[in-house]
Amino acid sequence: MSSKTFKALEPYLLVTPQTIVFLLFLVFPILMIAIVSFWQFNGYAMIPAFTLDNYLSIFTSKVSLQTYLNTFKYVILVWFFCLAIAFPVSYFLAFYIQNQTLQIILFLICTVPFWTSNIIRMISWIPLLGKEGLVNQLLLGLHVVNQPVEWFLYSDFAVVLGMVHLYNFFMIAPIFNSLMRIDRTLITAAQDMGASGWQVLKEVILPLAAPGIAIGSIFVVTLVMGEFVTVRLMGGGQSASIGKLIQTQIGSLQYPLAAANAVILLIVTLILVIGILRIVNIRKEL
Amino acid sequence: MNSSVSTSPPGIRDSQPSTTASIQQELASHTVGVSLRSVTKKYGSFTAVENISLDIPAGSYTCLLGPSGCGKTTTLRMIAGHEEITSGDLYIGDRRVNDLPPAKRNTSMMFQSYALFPHKTVCENVDFGLKMKNLPKEERTRRVNEMLEIVGLTKFADRKPNKLSGGQQQRAALARALVTRPQVLLLDEPLSALDENLRVRTRSELRRLQKEFGMTFIQVTHGQDEAFALSDRIVVMDHGRIDQIGTPDEIFATPASRFVARFVGDNNLFVGKVTNVAADHTHHTQQMIRLEVDRLGTFLCHGQAADIGMMAACCVRSDCMQMLPYPPVDPTVPNQLTARVVAIEFTGYITRVSLLAEATGEEITYKVRSHDWHLNLAEEGQLITLTWTPENCIFLPH
Repeated sequence: MSSKTFKALEPYLLVTPQTIVFLLFLVFPILMIAIVSFWQFNGYAMIPAFTLDNYLSIFTSKVSLQTYLNTFKYVILVWFFCLAIAFPVSYFLAFYIQNQTLQIILFLICTVPFWTSNIIRMISWIPLLGKEGLVNQLLLGLHVVNQPVEWFLYSDFAVVLGMVHLYNFFMIAPIFNSLMRIDRTLITAAQDMGASGWQVLKEVILPLAAPGIAIGSIFVVTLVMGEFVTVRLMGGGQSASIGKLIQTQIGSLQYPLAAANAVILLIVTLILVIGILRIVNIRKEL
Repeated sequence: MNSSVSTSPPGIRDSQPSTTASIQQELASHTVGVSLRSVTKKYGSFTAVENISLDIPAGSYTCLLGPSGCGKTTTLRMIAGHEEITSGDLYIGDRRVNDLPPAKRNTSMMFQSYALFPHKTVCENVDFGLKMKNLPKEERTRRVNEMLEIVGLTKFADRKPNKLSGGQQQRAALARALVTRPQVLLLDEPLSALDENLRVRTRSELRRLQKEFGMTFIQVTHGQDEAFALSDRIVVMDHGRIDQIGTPDEIFATPASRFVARFVGDNNLFVGKVTNVAADHTHHTQQMIRLEVDRLGTFLCHGQAADIGMMAACCVRSDCMQMLPYPPVDPTVPNQLTARVVAIEFTGYITRVSLLAEATGEEITYKVRSHDWHLNLAEEGQLITLTWTPENCIFLPH
């Protein structure tokens, strides 16, 4: 091969490994799922076919509808609490901490939830929130309640708490990043023209942080849409989400049905992401 | 919006006279002076501005000039209200404004990088101050449009700042600063982000606008050219203190300290001991001073506050010297020294000659019109005699 042809092929050769991995482990499996979602199945086997039965049964089932609604509920709650916690935290980190070393240290502390495995993190909630857990002991000891509070664990509350705790950082990182990029003179200029603290936030900081908020929201929404581990462990079988439904269907060998659910989940999630991107232009943040 | 087609070059154009006239009247009628009384600013143990007192007359263009870290920006930010004053008093007009927030001081600030809001259009940027003041919508639209017209940005009202050229951004920032009808405009290095050509043009536009509006402008700059071209008065600052206040001409012709002499213009400085002080018959406030400079000779200079025996300096501007052949006709005549030419720089109108004093190795600069230099015919490496009159030699007590 002459060096000239090599030069021409170089960029393509450089992207080849990534393309192969991408095709083999992402595009191909998704296509397989899409195909399988049209297959038939019985108690012990999948039968290649083209049927819309799986989709029909999902769209006519009250259980799937409720599961979807429940998943949306989680998405909205987790997104809201993540944003409500992440924005002030990022704001504090970006605007109040002047010392860069301290800023990095505090930022790393935000990643602490990821320093241990998911399963250990989930189990650690039990001694804290369980019937005989620390919080209940405290409340009983202070005579705030007479009976241990049951809904701390194995409830929607616990599911949302677990997910907010887990995914908060995905909101903090992009918001912190966009806040750090705001030119500080803009704030001085706004104050010079008579803007109050609240007006500076509304007119200058929030619009400029919007791309960060959008990116964080995409992370949180997509992650919560597909969640099943937290839902299973923190919900204790009481709570349902699409991810958990799919997992149950796989467990009972209803692969085509699970595949159809997965396709719908993918489409719904994509619609949500596109919706976020339409509201906020994130281009300048990338 | 009725943007009339104009053939004038881009820049701040003459807008409809009526609009300009009304704003002009409004701005000129309520502009005020600024007064600093023993103002000090400390950051912990570091003193950024030390006990400065300064009166800036209403309607004047004043430049705070100095190297970075001299306290000029801090001073401007204290006037604007973006820095708290550690001690002393600040008056804008006859109001003491020490404790007022920036928006209540009737000042407006134009920032070095312009600080235009990137997510807002030019129109929204200019409107911002009015919106914060909660003015009625029609009033705001009217004022924004007339201001955009004055700075010639009507056609660009709906653009975002990143779609404007540097000069247009600068004018947008100016419009935003003036739209609230401030009594004093504060400018923090407003030209430093522009390229050389545009800077010179924008400089004269700023000056023209200031004259038209008859408003108090206070500007921070580190460039002497800018300060000379713009100001009615220059305040030279160093290490948090004021070294000299004066018209551009005074600062250039009679620097009051060694720092000013070094910072402004190409002055040659000589340090020595005062050996004689006599009354100067031509200027009754001045003294004629004899300064004995080690190894270089005797220099006669004029100035004030000289005492026999004190160590002091004198300076002579590099363009106020005369070059004669070596050796000198009479070596005992004061105000002459022998130097060796080390470099000749042709810079266009002026030729700049670098020399080293033969006796001490001190660097000396000599500037001459290129036209005259060609008659001189000194070459690099050649010894020459430099001489100057006592009138051009200024005594610097500190």
